Amino acid sequence: MRQITVLSGKGGTGKTTITASFAVLTKKAVVADCDVDAPDLHMLLHPEIIETQEFKGSKLAVIDEARCIKCGLCREKCNFNAVTENFTIDSFSCEGCGVCTIVCPTNAITLTERVSGHAYISKTKYGFMAHAMLSPSEANSGKLVTLVRQNAKILAERENCNFIIIDGPPGIGCPVIASVTGVDAGLVVTEPTMSGIHDLKRALQLLEHFNVQPFVCVNTYDINRDNAEKIESFCKENGIDVIGKIPFNPIVTEAMVNGKTIIEYSPRSAVAKEIEGIWEKLSALVSEKSFT
Amino acid sequence: MIVSIASGKGGTGKTSVAVNLAVSIDNVQLVDCDVEEPNAHLLLHPKISHDEPVYTLIPNLNEELCDHCGKCANFCQYNAIFASSEKVLIFPELCHSCGGCILICPKKAITEGKHRIGTLKRGYAGNLELVYGELEVGEPMAVPLIREIKKRIDKSRNVILDSPPGTSCPVIETVKESDFCILVTEPTPFGLHDLKITVQVLEEMAIPLGIVVNRAGIGDKKVYEYCKAKNIPILLEIPYQRRIAELYSEGVPFSLEMPEWKEKFRTLFAEVRRRVGK
Repeated sequence: MRQITVLSGKGGTGKTTITASFAVLTKKAVVADCDVDAPDLHMLLHPEIIETQEFKGSKLAVIDEARCIKCGLCREKCNFNAVTENFTIDSFSCEGCGVCTIVCPTNAITLTERVSGHAYISKTKYGFMAHAMLSPSEANSGKLVTLVRQNAKILAERENCNFIIIDGPPGIGCPVIASVTGVDAGLVVTEPTMSGIHDLKRALQLLEHFNVQPFVCVNTYDINRDNAEKIESFCKENGIDVIGKIPFNPIVTEAMVNGKTIIEYSPRSAVAKEIEGIWEKLSALVSEKSFT
Repeated sequence: MIVSIASGKGGTGKTSVAVNLAVSIDNVQLVDCDVEEPNAHLLLHPKISHDEPVYTLIPNLNEELCDHCGKCANFCQYNAIFASSEKVLIFPELCHSCGGCILICPKKAITEGKHRIGTLKRGYAGNLELVYGELEVGEPMAVPLIREIKKRIDKSRNVILDSPPGTSCPVIETVKESDFCILVTEPTPFGLHDLKITVQVLEEMAIPLGIVVNRAGIGDKKVYEYCKAKNIPILLEIPYQRRIAELYSEGVPFSLEMPEWKEKFRTLFAEVRRRVGK
């Protein structure tokens, strides 16, 4: 079983469109939506939830008003400015570290677990799906990503699947790191813009840092052909395979509005054909490769 | 006045709106809080005058004093310390710098050390001041770097904060204490879905907000229906135009090439000011 993460650095380059298409093209895969604070994959794959798990990712300090003598030690020692003037906890600032609980002379503060999201195991027309929803404004998305990946792995082993396809979040921070560690390949979806190129380079550095085999595909390459060429020559110089170039086509948005992947909505379009080609190459390369 | 620009979904045009707004009004400090993938400088081409490393506090262990009691590892909520009867291991990238281990160690074997997480950069493009951070590749935590660059906010200026995508901790850290938040969305199902989550976050934080619809004309009308139902003002619509997309791809703020847009961004800013009452 191989794991492939679709990532981008920059947001909005087409990760979810491509991941959903892969899910349709390969019938023997588990898909995992690891963009847990803004998940969108379900809007194309329409999963039916089989199991819901509570995610307790972080803790929150609570001050017992009756015991509090308002000495201010907790406020002084809190590195996150989470204790307000009125000796309440600002839940947006509290990182649940517990320092206040040990400095409080009257034991008025305790740490409580908070449910900071839910993980789901679901079934789609094309196989199983692991996904989640972080409660808005919660922290610790990396831990929730790890839970989604564990669920995906259990499903893939149980169902004897060849692939886990992971839709990663934008950026290069904790949820992205949790999405790429230990996978067999990372497909970076980029666009031919200055931002796209800049963010691609950082995403590739991240894959290198975590020793993940990189692949690149350029989405909407015809928006700026010069930049698309720059991406190709940069990748060539660095020995990275550019395994596809997808043209701009408003039909992709049309498919999304209709809640369908481009493969289902317009299978004969140039976009669908190109994504098919990318999946063929990527799945073959990742399957063949002997991993140490 | 501090105005943040956020979106939920990535790639909707936050940086584009932040930069075009910044070049259309006077006395601006633009703070790019997307430290994972900062992009504003690619459109503004500032002259960087200031470049400094940013560190977080991490535990520094004195092995000679440590008796491996394990209290530090037990206390740490982030699994940043591992203790066995022979060895204590510290994982700096997991540490949140709360300082709890220092307080709890009975042998005073832990002191403050530091760990580089990124770089803070400052510079000018004309009169426009740009501050941004660059997270080291492989570092998971953006929040401490965002916190650090926000310390450079100059309230005597019109401060614009460019937020990272998403709805979790880096976004909260960015928009916290803003007077107003402009949410940039695109009129598509993905845009709307992530917009709704972000609106929920901002409502919980009691930050007033308004919408900029980018790439207007693509997708469907549901974003408009949602805004109408929730009584959220649409402050500006930017149509989908190939020319705008091309200028962005070249790293040019489109209002510099299409000056009629400067006036629209000025009107947008005046409206935000009116709503904030400043």
